[in-house]
Amino acid sequence: MNRSMKEITLEAKVENLEEVLAFVDEILSVYDCPMKTQIQIDVAVEEIFVNIAHYAYTPNVGIAEIQAEVSGDNPKCFSITFIDSGMPYDPLKKEDPDITLTAEERQIGGLGIYMVKQSMDEVDYKHENGKNIFNLKKYLD
Amino acid sequence: MLNINKEVNGKSCVYYLEGRLDTTTAPQLEGDIKESITDINSLVMDLSKLEYISSAGLRVLLSAQKTMNKQGSMVVRNVRDEVNEIFDVTGFADILTIE
Repeated sequence: MNRSMKEITLEAKVENLEEVLAFVDEILSVYDCPMKTQIQIDVAVEEIFVNIAHYAYTPNVGIAEIQAEVSGDNPKCFSITFIDSGMPYDPLKKEDPDITLTAEERQIGGLGIYMVKQSMDEVDYKHENGKNIFNLKKYLD
Repeated sequence: MLNINKEVNGKSCVYYLEGRLDTTTAPQLEGDIKESITDINSLVMDLSKLEYISSAGLRVLLSAQKTMNKQGSMVVRNVRDEVNEIFDVTGFADILTIE
């Protein structure tokens, strides 16, 4: 782990979402990050963390490790990695919702991961040494 | 944090949402709407002070829209740019009536 990397380890439960977002927003606060980009990052972080909280350790509660940093220049890149030891689960395999359907036809759900894919510059999932490792990258321009 | 204020006038109801509509706060709004709109035929969601919405919040709006399609109409108004962007990306801009 390099010097600029910050890390937080907490129980993967929805009640901890606020703490995760505070961790992210503190890292971003140093940079001149447009409000729109910050909200896109917050939404993506929420969707991934809540996904882990809901599914990774069901019906138990386990630990999520989150590492984040801003690196590079012109443009700077925010990178965040979520690591859990729960059930192997690749959210990227989930089929995209059909966003052209009417309200009546739309299903409640499936939107979270889709929003992540649309708003982040890179999303990557791997399963290594019994861990789910999910990385997001977003350029701060 | 989400502040929910509402004005009920006969069969119309206007919600004023302030703050963040996310996984933590969405259940609170969902419960409130469910109780309040049973006899309503006009529902307005004023989002002028809503700063943030995630998929959990979108679900609540979709569910309210579905209910109101059966018993009247729903309008979403005064949407901020950041929230509007999320409506665009998710196709909600076409589902909701945004003024």
